[in-house]
Amino acid sequence: MNRPEPWQTAETPGPEKALVITKPEIVAALLKRAKHPIMIVGHGILGCNLGKEEMIDYVIRLARLSGVTVAATSHIVKEFVEKGFQPAVSISAIEITDRLRDPSWKGFDGNRQYDLAIFLGFPYYMEWLILSGLKNFSPDLKTVSLDKFYQPNASWSFPNISTEEWINNLNAIEKEFRNG
Amino acid sequence: MLKKRFYVKIDELKSKNLLLKGIEFSAGRIVEKALVEEMGPTPFPSVTDLREWDFKLLKKYKPLYLPFCDLCCLCTFGKCDLSQGKRGACGLDMSAQQSRIVLLACCIGAATHLAHARHLVDHLIENFGGDHKIDVGGLNVELEAPVTCLVCGIIPQKLEDLEEALDYCEREVTQLLSATHTGQEGNNLDFESKVFHAGMIDQVAMEVTDIAQISSYGFPKADPEAPLIDIGVGVVDATKPVIMVVGHNVPSAISIVDYLQDNGLQDSVEVTGLCCTAQDMSRYNPRAKIVGPISWQLRYIRSGVPDVIVVDEQCIRADSLNEAKKIKAPLIASSSKNCLGLPDRTMDNVDDIVSDLVSGKSPGVLILNHEKVGEIAVKTAIKVAPKRKKFKIMPSIKRIVEDATKCKRCYECVRACPNTLPLVEALAEAAKGDLSKLSDLYDKCVGCARCESACPQRFPLHSFIVKAAEKKMKGERFKVRAGRGAIQDVEIRNVGGPIVLGEIPGVVAFVGCANYPESGRDVAEMAIEFAKRRYIVLTSGCAAMSVAMYKDEEGKSPYEIFSGEFNAGGIVNVGSCVANSHIAGAAIKIASIFAKRRLAGNYEEIADYIHNRVGAVGVAWGAMSQKAAAIASGFWRLGIPVIVGPHGLKYRRMLLGRKDCEEDWKVYDARTGELVYGGPAPEHLFCAAETKEETMVMIAKLCMRPNDTAKGRAIKLTHYIDLYKRLYGIMPDDIHLFVRTLADVPITMRDDVVKILDEKGWKENIIPDPTLLLRMVKRREEAKLE
Repeated sequence: MNRPEPWQTAETPGPEKALVITKPEIVAALLKRAKHPIMIVGHGILGCNLGKEEMIDYVIRLARLSGVTVAATSHIVKEFVEKGFQPAVSISAIEITDRLRDPSWKGFDGNRQYDLAIFLGFPYYMEWLILSGLKNFSPDLKTVSLDKFYQPNASWSFPNISTEEWINNLNAIEKEFRNG
Repeated sequence: MLKKRFYVKIDELKSKNLLLKGIEFSAGRIVEKALVEEMGPTPFPSVTDLREWDFKLLKKYKPLYLPFCDLCCLCTFGKCDLSQGKRGACGLDMSAQQSRIVLLACCIGAATHLAHARHLVDHLIENFGGDHKIDVGGLNVELEAPVTCLVCGIIPQKLEDLEEALDYCEREVTQLLSATHTGQEGNNLDFESKVFHAGMIDQVAMEVTDIAQISSYGFPKADPEAPLIDIGVGVVDATKPVIMVVGHNVPSAISIVDYLQDNGLQDSVEVTGLCCTAQDMSRYNPRAKIVGPISWQLRYIRSGVPDVIVVDEQCIRADSLNEAKKIKAPLIASSSKNCLGLPDRTMDNVDDIVSDLVSGKSPGVLILNHEKVGEIAVKTAIKVAPKRKKFKIMPSIKRIVEDATKCKRCYECVRACPNTLPLVEALAEAAKGDLSKLSDLYDKCVGCARCESACPQRFPLHSFIVKAAEKKMKGERFKVRAGRGAIQDVEIRNVGGPIVLGEIPGVVAFVGCANYPESGRDVAEMAIEFAKRRYIVLTSGCAAMSVAMYKDEEGKSPYEIFSGEFNAGGIVNVGSCVANSHIAGAAIKIASIFAKRRLAGNYEEIADYIHNRVGAVGVAWGAMSQKAAAIASGFWRLGIPVIVGPHGLKYRRMLLGRKDCEEDWKVYDARTGELVYGGPAPEHLFCAAETKEETMVMIAKLCMRPNDTAKGRAIKLTHYIDLYKRLYGIMPDDIHLFVRTLADVPITMRDDVVKILDEKGWKENIIPDPTLLLRMVKRREEAKLE
């Protein structure tokens, strides 16, 4: 399944397609290089098991290590809080997309618009469309899909990969931050 | 259609306060129009007459485009790549292209309702006469056609009066569709204004359809106690010959019911239906049985239960003839819009047609005469049933297990599934003899069968799911209240005040198709939640059926638990898709009957009233069709927000407010003329929610209006905060935007809320008499206008 084509068969992209994340270090580098990154986490991470741990535990750890701002959509905020992690904001996926296409928006901290948005945990088609909106109307924003399916409208995305490869990649990203 | 070969019209005779509108002489008949109140400024509005109002809404609720495709392929210049700021060969950019596609969708939707309306009105005039009286609620409903009166400025009293409204609608849809041609409209906001216009036209068409059929067929007339109808596969008596009807245009189904009745066969043959034809058939005859929403089509056909399948128009599977052939059930197509390649046998002898269908010589026929459809369907069902012996194409358990072991785990089925259901994992368990995981998929499956098309081994995967859940499917036995149609004037008078003041926290309408991201149960649970919270809950179409397909601990369906009255805590099924017009009609009647605003041809003022005062919100959790898009856009123009499920993002465009932009939320205070902060209420006009939980929170929030009294706002905030805390586990971070004065703060939450207000640096504001229209300011000469 390791091929850069959309996970949902009919979701064929336009001429501009996501670069494939061939090495997880790329994600860490993008995150480190970004001046104002945000991670947008959907409800799909609930119940998502990464083998030895829940996805949400990984997200919390990565957020703490990298210092990335976390926006929790839908009711996922409840799980974060119960695990002792306070996301920067609870907001719907559509609302944060709307903010990200506005060049004059100053972000949740009032400083500046975000320059990197990392997405994970959304229904495939929903993320596909959100990323399409951002690709077309947020020219200064880089987007990354951290899900295990190829999202052609992101700037960067994993190809369609097995759960095992996905876990290895996620762990490798975390390792990059642990190593500084 | 009645032709008007000779036509003279006197437009109006005007006195100081009254307008005698139109005396028309046409082809030997005289159309006398009702004496109406003073006419508003926009009767029969053109495409641009309400543009200014649209732009006011679009300034608050800016379009967010989510292109489903980066290309345009509508002309031979193309394909053109419009991505990332590029323009096509015609000069169009991506925003305009997306709004153009939205307009196309809404034109398709409006044209579909309109063609349905035209066909039905023509048919009813032919059968009942043009002077058959419009009557949707007897003495309980004085204002029979609020939408038509608002838009067209006429008060139709007879069936033939509806033709004028339809003539107008047809003209407008043609104008709108022409705007999508290459080299026409080039601005996205103007496309959006036209989208709103299409939606408004759609509402007129829907209203015309439903009031015509209510008046002619004796459907429940605004009856809160309309009968309870059996719904579910399990309610069908499969020992009898069974006729299945599906679609939206009910005359054929009614002819079946009539034929059975006229020939004393009503106890011998089962008449069952899906989708809106089923809704309307049950409004005609409470003994008719509803199988379920649109997504039940395949599973019901493949079960082998139906002996004859009758299709009319809209939302019918294009492969219905193929599926019917598989179970050896003859199919009768009865609409010119859906001929399915079948021979037109309308003029042939009935017994010859029946013979050909029963023998299998003809797998299906096209019959464009409703009365004939009834006779053919019944006679065929009776004769073919003993031959078919309920022949079905459900695989055996043994076959499922065998095929499951052959599954190559290519995942093509999962990749084709709209909801990415875990079919491969379910098959892996099935290979071990455990079908429970396949059975679990039944509730979440939208019945599209894309999995089957994708499977390289051509496994009938949808049938696998249905077979695995056979016991569950046969146990589906619920009750739905027959669509009651309009809301009574007295009900409007009773609840108008509490709604406008905010003391009834909101009116929530669960409408639309069954393309659910999880299952229809979500819709039922949401409806129950808000009915318990004493909102007024309305339902229609397939969503009304999904609400029914739920049972509490005592085995009762929601319609058995909650009242059918348009009042706090009611769950009110208005009827089929076209009955959505009564939901708009109720909002309009609040402005007209309760607030006594001038109605006829006064769209902008009424919409302004509704937008600022009537806390209504539509939820189309499984919206799928272009009709659903048109229906939603009709509500947008009235300023009523609509929430869709995540699949609704595929409509390509949201209309979103920005609560963090204070300037966007200024309204005129009609008392002073000052522009004041009215708060982000409602915050959005069209948004997609990710989950049921998000939808529930959003519903509570979108019911707030600038006009809410302090008491009303406190009640609405109580529900918003309570749901937010329960589902999100924290306090919402935007409470300060909805509290105008401390009296707005829910008393039981005072400490928590006041703490947030302090943290946010909240300042007290006024509660305005809100309007977006400068002309509604009461004393303009004294007002401090900006």
